[in-house]
Amino acid sequence: MSSHILSLLVFTPVVGAVLMLIASQVVKKDKANVYKWIAAIITGIQLLMAIWLYGAFDPAGGIQFIEKASWIPTFNIEYFMGVDGLSMPMVILTALLSFIGVISSWKINKSVLGYFALFLLLDAGMMGVFVSLDFFLFYIFWEVMLLPMYFLIGIWGGPQRQYAAIKFFLYTLFGSLFMLLAMLALYFNTEPHTFNLILMIQSASTIDATVWGISLKLLIWISLFIGFAIKVPIFPFHTWLPLAHVEAPTAVSVILAGVLLKMGTYGLLRINYPLFPDQVVAFATFLATLGVINIIWGAANAIAQIDLKKMVAYSSVSHMGYVLLGMAAVIAMNPAGAQAGMNGALMQMFNHGTITAMLFLLVGVIYDKVHHRYIFFPKDYHDKELAGKQGFGGLASRVPVYAGFVAVAFFAGLGLPALSGFISEALCFLGGFSVNETFLGEGSIIRTLAIIGTLGILLNAIYFLRAYQHIFFGKLNEKYADLSDMTKRELFTVIPLAILVLWLGVYPAPLLDLIAPTMEALINTIQSAF
Amino acid sequence: MNILTLAFIVLFLPLASFFFQIFFGKRIGRNAHWFSLIAIGITLGIAISFVANIFLGIQGPMLEVSGEWFTTGDFTVNLGFYIDNVAAIMMLVVAIISFLVHLYSTEYLRDDIRYTRYFGYLGLFTFSMNGIVLADSLIMMYVFWELVGLSSYLLIGHWFEKDSAANANKKAFLTNRVGDIGMFIGIMILFFQLGTFNIQGLAEGVYFGGFDGNMTLLAIAGVLVFMGAVGKSAQFPLHIWLPDAMEGPTPVSALIHAATMVAAGVYMTVRIFPILPPSALEVIAVVGGITAIFAAIIAITQTDIKRVLAYSTVSQLGYMIMALGVGAYQAGFFHLVTHAMFKGCLFLASGSVIHAMHHGLHKINDHHTDPQDMRNMGGMKSKLPITYWTMLVATLAISGVPLFSGFLSKDAILAGTLAYFNTHHGWTIFLPIAGFGAAIITAFYMFRLIFLTFHNEPKKPEIYEHLHESPMAMTTPLVILSILSFAFIFTLPHLNPIHSEGWFTHNVPMVENVGLDIKSVKEEIDHAHGSAMTISLIVASLGIALSFLFYYFRKVNVKKLTTTLDKVGLYRLSLNKFYIDEIYDALIYRPFLWLTKMISHIDWDLFDQKFIDGWGWLTLKASEGSGYSDYNWLDQKVVDGFGKLTKFFGRKFRLAQTGVIQNYLMGGVVGIILIFVIIQSF
Repeated sequence: MSSHILSLLVFTPVVGAVLMLIASQVVKKDKANVYKWIAAIITGIQLLMAIWLYGAFDPAGGIQFIEKASWIPTFNIEYFMGVDGLSMPMVILTALLSFIGVISSWKINKSVLGYFALFLLLDAGMMGVFVSLDFFLFYIFWEVMLLPMYFLIGIWGGPQRQYAAIKFFLYTLFGSLFMLLAMLALYFNTEPHTFNLILMIQSASTIDATVWGISLKLLIWISLFIGFAIKVPIFPFHTWLPLAHVEAPTAVSVILAGVLLKMGTYGLLRINYPLFPDQVVAFATFLATLGVINIIWGAANAIAQIDLKKMVAYSSVSHMGYVLLGMAAVIAMNPAGAQAGMNGALMQMFNHGTITAMLFLLVGVIYDKVHHRYIFFPKDYHDKELAGKQGFGGLASRVPVYAGFVAVAFFAGLGLPALSGFISEALCFLGGFSVNETFLGEGSIIRTLAIIGTLGILLNAIYFLRAYQHIFFGKLNEKYADLSDMTKRELFTVIPLAILVLWLGVYPAPLLDLIAPTMEALINTIQSAF
Repeated sequence: MNILTLAFIVLFLPLASFFFQIFFGKRIGRNAHWFSLIAIGITLGIAISFVANIFLGIQGPMLEVSGEWFTTGDFTVNLGFYIDNVAAIMMLVVAIISFLVHLYSTEYLRDDIRYTRYFGYLGLFTFSMNGIVLADSLIMMYVFWELVGLSSYLLIGHWFEKDSAANANKKAFLTNRVGDIGMFIGIMILFFQLGTFNIQGLAEGVYFGGFDGNMTLLAIAGVLVFMGAVGKSAQFPLHIWLPDAMEGPTPVSALIHAATMVAAGVYMTVRIFPILPPSALEVIAVVGGITAIFAAIIAITQTDIKRVLAYSTVSQLGYMIMALGVGAYQAGFFHLVTHAMFKGCLFLASGSVIHAMHHGLHKINDHHTDPQDMRNMGGMKSKLPITYWTMLVATLAISGVPLFSGFLSKDAILAGTLAYFNTHHGWTIFLPIAGFGAAIITAFYMFRLIFLTFHNEPKKPEIYEHLHESPMAMTTPLVILSILSFAFIFTLPHLNPIHSEGWFTHNVPMVENVGLDIKSVKEEIDHAHGSAMTISLIVASLGIALSFLFYYFRKVNVKKLTTTLDKVGLYRLSLNKFYIDEIYDALIYRPFLWLTKMISHIDWDLFDQKFIDGWGWLTLKASEGSGYSDYNWLDQKVVDGFGKLTKFFGRKFRLAQTGVIQNYLMGGVVGIILIFVIIQSF
């Protein structure tokens, strides 16, 4: 099993989708349930495999579980997969959130077959992105994932689903185009021509071509950066996110925020960083600046939102900013600072995945019950009676379990110690703050940027506490006097995440031990290139 | 058991109480409080045993241990315990008040709908607070710092159905976060300069020249870390959350917002005192001085019994901070301890009063009268004798009357400010003025509280008839705390009422400081002691006497006086708390909310809908245009044009299709000739 574990991880969901198609012909009654169970079992198996992989993985062992075969020999395209400390947490996150996503989709009743089949394809695409080490293969999976996402938002989404779906699709496609160009430029400018990322990285430094007088390295780096920045999303490419998150069905929002956004920063770390260390150094301040803008701009927007889901969506923009700030610390002179920042960034990717997944699941729980999610109804709401009024109010006394889990998620979101978000955010700040001198001995303003970024500590608390107050505190809104608390199924989706958030907040060592050697190697790659 | 095990028990037993109450409390019901009581009782026992160690004459830290929390290779964070005399005493203070508040709450919240959850939160608080006390590093302190913030949030919001409570807990958390940002940045500066979070390690690093040549940076770092204390200990200008925090149940106010949590800021400053350079201490002294006098002035005019005590707490915390700022390290910590006892007593006593009022109002079915407004009280002395006498003792203590604990600690602080002025001169006269000024005002408003509540005729006789003394579980803590407000507790084995020598001062030794010659500071303070004591006796008597005149004998027409004072706005200024809340609201909060609305507008309505979608629109238009030209021009005109052309020629050529064979032959021959001609020409 171990020699093909990655292929199994990627293609098990595809097998699941095929099984569903067969079932649609074979099974006569209660088809919907069959599809659901197939999806649940398949993603469950995938999760078990991911856990097995975690157990068998050696953090200090570099790239492991390699699968390599020639695929399209004419162009030196290989079927090349492997995992290291960078991809390992993402693989676990993808498997976990896919499984939870399926469980939370149990109540989908609109063309069930299509929904779950597409969901599994999406799962396969994401997993493929995180384990591919051939750029071409990476690109294929990157695009493969796009299409199911488009349909999942466009068919099963909210009122503006089609607009949201097309916007998401075109925006991402726009980014992919840059990535494709960069990939081809790399292919033709490295010797031997290859898509193998490891080989590409080794020979990329020899590129010295120019286009219209601009260094090709720079152009490639920027193209890749744009492609990944849109996914993160980095300001100003972020506006597809609130719309897509809000319109998508709950499970898809979970996947979008929990996994898809990470692909952007994953791509930066996997490809941009090792490819051109000199560009990374040149762009580090720029990255940190964008990170701080993300933190503050995202949080400021979240404060202004009256739609709970939109607020959570903007909080993602803010939280992904921490990742960028931490990543910028790679150029720190102080090794402790560089490691804090880089490890913090990757931890934040994982932790934000679990926290935001919880947030979206919980928003979904209340939406399913009351069919709106307004903290305050908009001033131009169609129901004149409700316009401008508080949407909920006093729910804590009616649904204490729900209130408790939302409190855990919100406090994790605002970075309370003992919950996982705190550690990764603090590490990102420490990393950014350490860069008052780069490893080349030059002064840097990243420390100042990090100080400005700490404003996020306050801003993120403002919107979470404000929302909590208006939803759960005050007199119980009479409309919700009969509201029921969370069901067993809903608890089943949230509890594992809550445990993970608490566990990694109290004892982050397992995650850090998993990633630290890879991050250290990456820092060395960058810093030893000079 | 060794000390490490005991330290673990002290820390985690209250946490166990939290989890127990959250998961099982509701099922067990009211009796669940026994679990919490026993858990806190055990921590109290351990804390007593720690302090007993002090009497055994053990010098230096009892426990200094740390272990790795996580590491990335070069970057490692450790967690550990550091227990010295200061920590042991602090732990005892927390345990005493926490235990008594647990006991008191069994009656005070008897019929509360979230009774067990309340006890759970108390456990969570005690856990977090002990974490701060035991912490050996700033990062660990920061972690528990935030966790006490959480427990405070939960407890202020215990009665979250009230909008005022829901506003108050949010305000408390956010205001504290402002200070925490500073603290966090300060910690980062210290870490990257000295390479450790460990407090002892930081002190060593500073002494071994970690900041050499850059004392300004050290001062900045010190003031930034101190910002955390400004938030937590409700110092000006971040004091605004504490009075609002009184929305929480009164025992919570006693435990968290008077005796322990708000003192955490002072405790933390005590901990980092060795690394604070004189310029940072100067800032700290001024902040404390302003807070002390400013909050005292506000307390004069408040009518809500808890609000008076809240502002009094702010003022007293200012005292402690000021003491640390002027280098009177011992005095500041001493006042923390004495204040915890008498302020805990005052709050619990006020709770007893409110409890009685509440029941009285309940009896006569009155749901409008405010049970906390002193204008509805009066004459309660005979109805609530235990409450009265214990509260009186605590009032004497806070007013700085000899024989009571406050006299000793306050006196030491005032001596510190005098000594500071004696060595620095100039503007530093402000510090003793603030100190003595606050002392006179404190004596005045505290006796005002006593007189309005307990003396003279009852203002609302109909309620008065139904008043009863509180049950044992509530009065016992009062009695214990009032006994702990006597001076002899702290001067044992010496019993000289005006001499502050005793176990306490012996066992909280002066520590070294990076910029101060601590020995000469101590000498100066000792030198100023005599005059400080004389002045403080005079101001305390003056304050009490004025209060007697105003509120007991009523020789002064208070109404008339306030109207006169109000002609220049003085009364309103105090009553409205110097309008600080309004100023923040108008200058910061509202503009900020407006700004976020604008940002959201820019982000979505302008940037996304206009600019980003503009590209979509452009593309759409461009493709429409190309679609139009594609069809109308390329297809209809060019492509179809060819068709039409062919058709045209076809039509023309059709004329040539005559059907006459000779014509075709003729054409063929002409064609062949033409081809030959063309080929030949090449």
